[in-house]
Parts: sequence; C-alpha cells; structure tokens
Amino acid sequence: MSNEHLTRLSAAELSQVLSSREVSAVEVTRAHLDRIASVDPSVHAFLHIDDEGALASANAVDAKRAAGEALGPLAGVPLALKDVMAMRGVPTTCGSKVLEGWRPPYDATVVSRLRAADVVILGKTNMDEFAMGSSTEHSAYGPTRNPWDLDRIPGGSGGGSAAALAAFEAPLAIGTDTGGSIRQPAAVTGTVGVKPTYGAVSRYGLVALASSLDQAGPCARSVEDAAMLHAVIAGYDPLDSTSINEPVPSVLEAARRGDVRGLKIGLVKELSGEGYQAGVTQRFNEAVEILTGLGAEVVEVSCPHFDYALAAYYLILPSEASSNLARFDGMRFGLREGDDGDNGVEQVMSLTREAGFGAEVKRRIMIGTYALSSGYYDAYYGQAQKVRTLIQRDFAAAFEKVDLLASPTAPTTAFRIGDKVDDPLAMYLNDVATIPVNLAGNCAMSLPIGLAPEDSLPVGLQFMAPAKADDRLYNAGAALEAALKDRWGHLLIEEAPAL
Amino acid sequence: MSISRDEVAKLAHLARLDLQADELDHYAEQLDVILASVARVAEVAAADVPATSHPIPMTNVLRPDVPRTSLTSQEALSGAPSAQEGRFRVPRILDTE
Repeated sequence: MSNEHLTRLSAAELSQVLSSREVSAVEVTRAHLDRIASVDPSVHAFLHIDDEGALASANAVDAKRAAGEALGPLAGVPLALKDVMAMRGVPTTCGSKVLEGWRPPYDATVVSRLRAADVVILGKTNMDEFAMGSSTEHSAYGPTRNPWDLDRIPGGSGGGSAAALAAFEAPLAIGTDTGGSIRQPAAVTGTVGVKPTYGAVSRYGLVALASSLDQAGPCARSVEDAAMLHAVIAGYDPLDSTSINEPVPSVLEAARRGDVRGLKIGLVKELSGEGYQAGVTQRFNEAVEILTGLGAEVVEVSCPHFDYALAAYYLILPSEASSNLARFDGMRFGLREGDDGDNGVEQVMSLTREAGFGAEVKRRIMIGTYALSSGYYDAYYGQAQKVRTLIQRDFAAAFEKVDLLASPTAPTTAFRIGDKVDDPLAMYLNDVATIPVNLAGNCAMSLPIGLAPEDSLPVGLQFMAPAKADDRLYNAGAALEAALKDRWGHLLIEEAPAL
Repeated sequence: MSISRDEVAKLAHLARLDLQADELDHYAEQLDVILASVARVAEVAAADVPATSHPIPMTNVLRPDVPRTSLTSQEALSGAPSAQEGRFRVPRILDTE
C-alpha cells in the first residue's frame, strides 16, 4: 500500500488492514510522518512532532502482534494530541511561551488510555494559548492554517488537531472543548468533533482553563472513527474527582446503527437567523430536510436563555481561568523572568507572567480578576452562575419534548487570518452556538454537511443530547453522514485540497 | 459603568501582570467594552434562581486514603526554573530593609 493511500484511510479501515497484517504499524506511522514532513510546513498543525516516540510505539505494536497478543481495535493507528495534554517527557506548551520547553514528568489519563490501547501518538498540535480563542491565532508559536484555504483560520482553540485531520496528517486527534474548541474547528475544517458529557473523559493531566467547563473529546474524519476513539478515552478515573462513575454509553454501537426513524429532533430557534451566514443556514436547512426524509420528526423549540449564554460564559470562563492560571508564576516550572538577585518573588512573578502570557490570556485574566473582586462578584460571577441554571432548565425543558437538538455549529465558515484577532467581541461570537452545552454540561457533536455556496468552505451541523446520552449523537450523526455520503458518493473531506 | 486606567493597573497588580503603559491604555478600552457586553447577565437572573457552579451535581467525592507511588523529587523538580539541594529555589520572599 502506498503512503498516499495509507494516509487517506479512516481509523476503522486502518484497524482492519493492521489486524489482517496487510500493513505494519511502522509502515502506517512512517506514512503519516512523511505526510507531516511534506505538508506541515504550510499548515502548521503541529507544535512538536515525536518521530522517535511514535516509531517506538509502532514497533512495539508490531512486536506484540507478531507475538500473537490480543490487541485493541486502535492498536497501531496514529493520533495527533492537542498540546494541552500532559505527555511524559514530551514538550507540552499549551501554545504559550510560559511553558516553552516544559516536559511533563507524568501522563494525562487520556494519554495513559491511548498508550494502553496501543494508539501511536504522532505529536502535539497547535492551539490558541491556554485554549483561549476560536482561530488558533492566539498561539504564541504562530497560527495554524486551514487546509481548505491556507489564508483562513482552522478554528480554535483546537485548530491544530482539526487541521491535522483535514490535511490527512493523522486519522484521529484529541481535542478539548471549553466553549466549542472541538466543535467549531471541526465545523470549519469539514471534520467530526465531539464534546462528551462533562465528566465523561478524565481531566487529569489536562491543563485547566475553566475547570467546570473543560472536557476532552475525540476528533476524526468520520462519525465511526470518533466513536472508536471516544470508547478508548472515556470512562471513570479516580484521579479526577469530577469523573462520572458510570458505564460509558455504547457510542460505537450507536455509530454503527445510524437510524433516526421515529427520533424527535428540535431546532433551536435562538441559534438561527441573524448573524448566521446565508450559506450556513442553507446547508443546515438541507440537512434538516434529509433528516426528515430519513424518518426523524423535526420541530422547532425555543431556549430563550441561550441569548445570555455568551455573556455568562465570558464571565465564568475568565473567572475560573484567572484562578487556574495563577499556577504559572515562574516558581516550579516553565519560564522565569527577572530573577536577578535583587527582585523579590512578587516582582519575578509579575515579570514572568507579563513576558510569558499573550494578549488574549492577559485580557481574560483581568476580566476574571475583575469579575471575582469584592464589590463586583455578585453582579458578575454570581449572576452568570444563575444564567447557567436558566440554560440548564432550557435544555431540560427541550429534552422533555425531543430526543436531540440541532443547530449550525458556527455562525460562519472559516474567516481570514487576521480578520478578527484584534476584536475580542467579534471573535467571541464564533462560539455563540457551542457555548450553551458547556455551561449545562451535556454533550454535542459537530459533523460536516456541505460547502457554503458563497465561499466553498465547510459548514458544520451540531447535534446536542442530554448529559450521559452521548450515544444519541453518534446514532444521529451516523445516519446523517451516511445519507450525505450517498448523495455525494464520498465524505466531504475527500473534497479538501490535496496540498 | 466605566473602567479607568487606574483600575486596570490595580487589576494587573492583583493578577501579577507587569503591564506596560501602552497595554494599560489598550486594556482599559477593551475591558470596558467587554464588561459592558457581559453585564447583561443581570437582566434575567432573578433572586429566586439558584446559582450553578458545577454542571453535573456531585458532593463529597472521596477516595480511599491508600498510599501510592508519586513523583520522585527529581521528577518533581525536573521542570523547575531553578532548584537547589532537592528543593525549588525561589527569589527572596521578604523585603530587605
């Protein structure tokens, strides 16, 4: 099998050719490393490529297979890891100068699970600094480019993971989603991304942005591949006190079922209309027609407090982030500035943080500090937490009537690099449809539904399900994906430029 | 509501950010706009609405108190900007008069 062919295969297909020994894990890994070497100079999806580690893992998989050991379905399948996850001995920067050169002395639970499943980790992907952003332009190491159009953003914060998939550098990737950082990059790169239920995937070793919102999840080029990865990374972890101690919903079975007959799907009135690009709305409406044709019952539902989600989010997130990021003080790891023997510890901390953090991180730290300061706490943080309750109630009321909710994932297709980087409010609007799920803690998936007619760029549809019903996303996603594949004769991602 | 340059300087101090003069001007302007925009949370959150701090309700999550292996001191110090005699070395923490 040629290198070119191997990098076009899905994780499910790779799993087959690996287990039937048509190819070795080393061959698959080399094919992807070669692809990265050839296209990543123009895409910049990766911050660190772990050639040596990846080939060592692949060799180990081949040795185990040769010895007749029973291996998991993803054994030998390559994966790109968002640089927000600690991986022992491998640089972990979170896209920040403050962590440049830091090599964690331990593995995140997600990484341990990937290793146990013999997944081959190719390297660490680019992201907005500390996952703050929707374009990957806030990375201290330069932006990632969208493989569909190199002048455009790949979404964010997980733009590196999404771009790695769309550029066929990896068939699987790990993302994290605090306000849409898995789903919005998936939407604008024509890939699939899932934000599992809060607590479904361990946060141990995930560098915290906003602890009550952060959730790691799978990124892939197909619904089935996402389900295979979901099944590997999800599950109870005693090292994360917010981890759900219940069986993981049967996501893989759901992804292979793909049957929406009799399902009730609600279209969220507040996540449509003004602010949504015409081509996004057009493709969304077409996808809804397909779902109806497949036998789903589609109704409109109203979630009135979603209009306040963005405001609540941009108080809760900065508040939690300003507290979480206090650990980057130049004392125990990472950058230290101004330690000249004269400066005291507080000066060194201030100099380190000033030098180590980028503009968006500083902006959010100060908003959070303000929102939590005495005299303002009740008016800002306290009120935002009440809005969170109202949004949960909106979801609960909607899920009384329907099995799933749907909306466009992002209001627009990928915008040009540089267009919004100095306008924080315009940037924040990218997350308007993804944020309610993070605030309420339930789960959602974005999958590609076509190219917008006006700019020929990918559009994503978002399914939202109740907490702990992640399997519903995979069932509906698989049904819609199959119908679109029938119509086009291939998955949308096959239309991405060759690079 | 308006946020002054002095208030930004105070916030920067609380957040341990040694902001430069041009940053203070820039952030004063931007924080004003952002805070005005997010203040609308107050429009809907009535007194009888409870606050949600955590999306999936859990209380008192405990684990058995069993010893397990942890990082060695060498591993824990491996990323330290400065270490001495098996400890983190930090700048002076008291003012010298």
